Amino acid sequence: MSDIQKFQDPGLPEHVHRKSDIDPDAEKRAERQVAILFLLSAVGTVGTVVSYIYIKSTSFVYLPILGNTNAAQLGLGVGLAASLFFIGMGAIHWARTLMPDNEVIAERHEFRSEEKDREEFVVTVKEQAGSAGLGRRSLIKRSLGLALGLVGVSPLLLLRDLGPLPKKALSTTNWKAGTRLVVDPSGQPIKPSDLEVGSVAQVLPELPAGTERTLENTGTDAVLLIRLRPEDFNLDAKRLSWTLDGIIAFSKICSHMGCAVALYEQQTHHLLCPCHQSTFDVTRAAKVIFGPAARPLPQLAITVDADGYLVAQQGFTEPIGPSFWERSS
Amino acid sequence: MSLKERAAGGVANYVDERTGAAKWLKKNLTKVFPDHWSFMLGEVALYSFVILLLSGTFLTFWFNPSQTDVVYHGAYAPLSNVSMSAAYESTLHISFDVRGGLLMRQIHHWAALLFMAAIVAHLLRVFFTGAFRKPREFNWIIGVGLLTLGIVEGFLGYSLPDDLLSGTGIRIAEAIIQAIPVVGSYLAFFAFGGAFPGHVFIPRIYIVHVLLLPGAFLALITIHLMLVWYQKHTQYPGPGRTEKNVVGYPLLPIYMAKAGGFFFIVFGVTAFLGAVASINPIWLYGPYTPGQISAGSQPDWYMGWLDGLVRMAPPLETHAFGHTISWNILIPGLIIPGIMFTGLALYPFIESWMTGDKREHHLLDRPRNNPNRTAIGAMALSFVIISLLNGGNDIVATHFHLTINEIMWFTRFGLIIVPPIVFVITKRICLSLQRADREIVLHGKETGRLVMLPHGEFIEVHEELSPEKKWTLTQHEQPAPLEITSTDRYGVPAPGGIKAKLRARMSIAATEQIPVPTATEAKELEGGHH
Repeated sequence: MSDIQKFQDPGLPEHVHRKSDIDPDAEKRAERQVAILFLLSAVGTVGTVVSYIYIKSTSFVYLPILGNTNAAQLGLGVGLAASLFFIGMGAIHWARTLMPDNEVIAERHEFRSEEKDREEFVVTVKEQAGSAGLGRRSLIKRSLGLALGLVGVSPLLLLRDLGPLPKKALSTTNWKAGTRLVVDPSGQPIKPSDLEVGSVAQVLPELPAGTERTLENTGTDAVLLIRLRPEDFNLDAKRLSWTLDGIIAFSKICSHMGCAVALYEQQTHHLLCPCHQSTFDVTRAAKVIFGPAARPLPQLAITVDADGYLVAQQGFTEPIGPSFWERSS
Repeated sequence: MSLKERAAGGVANYVDERTGAAKWLKKNLTKVFPDHWSFMLGEVALYSFVILLLSGTFLTFWFNPSQTDVVYHGAYAPLSNVSMSAAYESTLHISFDVRGGLLMRQIHHWAALLFMAAIVAHLLRVFFTGAFRKPREFNWIIGVGLLTLGIVEGFLGYSLPDDLLSGTGIRIAEAIIQAIPVVGSYLAFFAFGGAFPGHVFIPRIYIVHVLLLPGAFLALITIHLMLVWYQKHTQYPGPGRTEKNVVGYPLLPIYMAKAGGFFFIVFGVTAFLGAVASINPIWLYGPYTPGQISAGSQPDWYMGWLDGLVRMAPPLETHAFGHTISWNILIPGLIIPGIMFTGLALYPFIESWMTGDKREHHLLDRPRNNPNRTAIGAMALSFVIISLLNGGNDIVATHFHLTINEIMWFTRFGLIIVPPIVFVITKRICLSLQRADREIVLHGKETGRLVMLPHGEFIEVHEELSPEKKWTLTQHEQPAPLEITSTDRYGVPAPGGIKAKLRARMSIAATEQIPVPTATEAKELEGGHH
């Protein structure tokens, strides 16, 4: 086996001269090309300045593919791009045609220190660290370990005020028995007759007068109201009693990751979350029929009050939105 | 001595007397770097980072990282009198009232996409050529760190405008935090200063985005580059190139001009994209409110594969003892990415364990010459691509007239079935390419020239390869599998038997090769021909 010979390394091939190395005309030409590229960059800068001064920020031009484009933004950007791009092109053309292109060989060195240095290093560490006596003085070692281990507690403790404790916040909404449903964003209360079969409305709970609605409220309270033909429902008696004349209400906050479940397919009665495509069947109490959501959208029991406006029969019977550790079902 | 030389000499003298820099610079200004197009990928990442720092600083002069409610009265009429956060309003202000503001926003966003794309491309180059091997494992780990931080930094960056799309992304991030067992609700409330969305997350992620993470980037990139400098760059195999040398061009003047010039080219291209290609038109999305959403909600591409995993997760939750564990969030959102990034970071050590190779390597592998590694890389890549495909399933569905359900089921099964198939196919392709190399080294290149011999037979003329080409195709070594036995010589099971067996099995897989042609073989063949 030992007489098998590999192919031999022929070594670095002979250097081939470029045209600009041997032909003075080619050299002059290359020099001119580099200069032209740098000049194009200067033209780009001039273009940027001209665009800045003369093109109004409200003027538009029509360009193929791009369509209607803001002229000022285009002028500034293309000028800037040219001023940068051609500096680069010039420099690289210069390097490729006129700077020496002889390949150079540099030697590598092993990173490993020499044996003597390594030994001396070990001796040094042992001596220097040993003189502190850390290995011998176990009382100091242990107490220092304890102190260092504990020192992180203080900054962590001080981070406590980053936010309040969750307490019951993830399980509560502003929906209570008798809360009126008001249309988002107008704030008008809504009657069953306002909603035609097949239509959808986003509603929020009416807040006590003088209370400002926050985004946190919307994030827990948003409800989707959908009107079907009552015969389309496929619900048990309890859930059916939570609907009214074909109107059914669900939390709009996805039970998967909290996105707004906003896509309603009128023909199939499916609700689809645009984030991760969890699909809920409205006729079967928002049962998950596809996608990653593991739970139906919580249903809000509704009825009408004495004035004929839609109100909640009760608050949500389970936490809305994505799961969390303390959630019990 | 001319005036100019005297002045330069004066400055150099002044600096050197105070720092002793001349000695170091003398050596390093002529430092040799090898030349190859694929070495520019890391450069693109570095230059986009500089562009991000410059354009980002510009944006901070006007951006107002606050969630205070304001009413919009700016130049963009469709949103007039709409109530929104100050962050969103100032982003509109930058886009419509600051001259060049939109351009800078778009340059910043394009540079971020390019930054991530260049990091991934650079990572693939380093992986498939084996550049991560000893002594460069530290730099590999730093690189994986930069990739991870880049994903986070990009996500925080596009979340800052507080538009409807970005707020939805933050909502999802909150749900992931909230899903962490035991402490999730607490962490979410601490991060958001209370219930979602609250009024503190924009200022908080702002400081992380413009100070903490860029600082970490600067530190890691500096170490990354210092190590490249100190360890000297790897090089592709070829005539005259060995493990002991580095063949290329000197820093001064060649790479100063080339690399410096390339920075301007990258900046120019980014500026051009910013000028003509609209990106993240936040004014079309409107301000964030948790009750609304737009169809086709998509993260940026480097987050897309994670979102794709979340989308395809089966609807699994455990409800027990009054507690809930959301596997449908934890597995795709935390567990799989955790395994993937850990595996990525540890790969150099896994490979060296499989092959038993503890030597330094400065010559790169051609991907075909290490079929097992190339197949592992392709397999991992196919996993990510399938996830990414599902991350855009709504877009794919509308463009290719498929249903979302079809794509989801395809990717759910594909994620498990396709990667192993890709592994096998890639390995076979590599071995076939090795066979092809062997063929042309021993028999020469087919020229397509047919010659009729005097007795009427037709033959095709094969052109012998140059010695340089032959060397390039045959210089690599082909290590034999490790000789590990699970029993010692008395037949007693060796300690760590299963581990040893696994290692032996992996070592066999890692060393499967087509024998490299030798000069001896070539000579024998030549003898046979005549």
